[in-house]
Amino acid sequence: MKNENIVELKGISVAFGGEKVLDDFNLEIKDKEFVTLLGPSGCGKTTTLRLIAGFLEPDGGDVIFEGRRINDLPGYKRHVNTIFQRYALFPHLNVYENVAFGLRIKKLPEKEIKAKVTEMLALVNLSGLEKRNIDTLSGGQQQRVAIARAIANHPRVLLLDEPLAALDLKLRKDMQKELKKMQEQLGITFIFVTHDQEEALTMSDRVVVMNNGKIQQVGTPQDIYNEPLNAFVADFIGESNIVDGKMLRDFYVEFSGQRFDCLDKGFEPDEPVDVVVRPEDVDIVAPDKGMLTGVVTSVAFLGVHYEIIVDIGGFKWMIQTTDEHFEGDRVGLYIEPDAIHIMKKSEYSGLYGDYSSYSEEIDHLSDADYGEEDGGE
Amino acid sequence: MNKKSLGNKLITSPYIVWAAIFIVVPLVIMLYFAFTDPSGAFTAENLSHLGKYKKAFGLSILYAAIATVITLVLAYPMAYFMTKLKISSQRMLLLVVMLPMWMNFLIRTYSWITILANTGIINTLLGKFGIGPVKLMYTPGAVILGMVYDFIPYMILPIYSVMSKLDKSLLEAAEDLGSNSFTKFKRVILPLSRPGVISGITMVFVPSVSTFYISQKLGGNKTLLIGDAIEYLFNLGPDYYNVASALSMVLMVMILICMFIMNRFSDDDDGGVII
Repeated sequence: MKNENIVELKGISVAFGGEKVLDDFNLEIKDKEFVTLLGPSGCGKTTTLRLIAGFLEPDGGDVIFEGRRINDLPGYKRHVNTIFQRYALFPHLNVYENVAFGLRIKKLPEKEIKAKVTEMLALVNLSGLEKRNIDTLSGGQQQRVAIARAIANHPRVLLLDEPLAALDLKLRKDMQKELKKMQEQLGITFIFVTHDQEEALTMSDRVVVMNNGKIQQVGTPQDIYNEPLNAFVADFIGESNIVDGKMLRDFYVEFSGQRFDCLDKGFEPDEPVDVVVRPEDVDIVAPDKGMLTGVVTSVAFLGVHYEIIVDIGGFKWMIQTTDEHFEGDRVGLYIEPDAIHIMKKSEYSGLYGDYSSYSEEIDHLSDADYGEEDGGE
Repeated sequence: MNKKSLGNKLITSPYIVWAAIFIVVPLVIMLYFAFTDPSGAFTAENLSHLGKYKKAFGLSILYAAIATVITLVLAYPMAYFMTKLKISSQRMLLLVVMLPMWMNFLIRTYSWITILANTGIINTLLGKFGIGPVKLMYTPGAVILGMVYDFIPYMILPIYSVMSKLDKSLLEAAEDLGSNSFTKFKRVILPLSRPGVISGITMVFVPSVSTFYISQKLGGNKTLLIGDAIEYLFNLGPDYYNVASALSMVLMVMILICMFIMNRFSDDDDGGVII
């Protein structure tokens, strides 16, 4: 049987000073795949990357590369290249020499090096900057040098450690598209680390959602968004209302004091569950036509839509709507069966998905926290 | 930087006054003496005495150069080794390196006599095995040893300081791109630690080339360095101030030329160069 996994992590555990960073971690990555490790800071995603790069040896478990165990193989012998969070370009070398660094170590003939560097710089749109010093480049340009330097070595796998975190929003969006295009063009496996869920959803073939050194869910962006496995995933990816519910029987669930048709099955009769409803999947209707009724407690205009908070029996729902509503309005909520997603109870039940203490500022602040370096060192 | 605030001026003015009185004025006085005779008349004749001190100049440069090379060879691996240790061990070793600097320079040099003399510690020990006494004192070796010993902290510290600030992710990047430990050292650590090396060389070579105390105490009267010559002339009295000043001036110009050449090697101004 042909094994098409290029990287496999089997039962990996890593601890720093007694603190478990990765715990019985298993992951398989296919050749030419774009996989994103997504999670809050300290979830172990950078550590995972460093294991594959060879900067770190696991305390337990195996790192497999193309079917071979490479736990003890030093980083410089691995067919893997990394794009570092802060680029780590060599300040004593110019753009050309930075890109040529890996090629010189391979002792390629000068002519070949020149051709390769020229090709790489053209690929990242930096032709003509060969002689420039690194510190005269903008952040975006440095980023491109880092990409060229890594790809010049024809890695089988490219590891990207939050490479876009330092760029401004506009540039970040452009680079996301460019990286994705590059990955398809070059046919290299990309393993991308980020704390930005939107980035993960736009770029990846598969997303690995991590928290506390454990994988929470692996799947396509659509899977992760539409079928989150637990309250952590539902909350971390996009906005979610997560309420306690009871699965009465297949395709029939009770929450917020009402009973609803749904599309989920396979639970025990009367099994307690977490119910996820995305804010954009709720329709606001007249109170007498609603399946649930509540009072609007706050309204925020975000341009594309309004984000309103509705109090339903003490639980605050977030709803996105294009119609204007006002604080104090009594409204009805209509939820289609396919908008209801049922999850098994987990350790995260009850921790997320209630918007009682919600405010824009707090959301932004906690987002900024994720920018901190992952707890790898 | 081009427009200094009043506050800046106030803060820097005490030092500027100090520098004017104790650096610029003495330099002017030295130049005045170098180009006048004892009666105060202008003359360039003092410079004609230089020929007599050719050997002293030569020895000074030779010994200082040897001492600088030895210091570098000892200090560079030491500094590199230090950066590999735990932070607490690094602090400990830094303290050990700096400890001698807290003692008086004259005492430190003098103490070598008790080690190197014919009745000193080494020869007493050798004597127990029936060897010696070996002549260690009053040799060029003793002078160079004194220089290395006295000035090695000035080599270790700048190199260590540059190396310890080296971004660890650069080493990881080098490894990532295929460098083993040796190429990592050759292509990243060595070039990036150059500013520290340049600074260390300057800080060891300059005091070594102008020293007179070390050569007098450890070299006896056999090794006359240029510093000794200047000191000797000044001690002869006011009539010799002019020639001594001329020698000082030439020494200073030599040092300036050396520093200029050294700085050419570190023109990428990535800090670390102290002088």
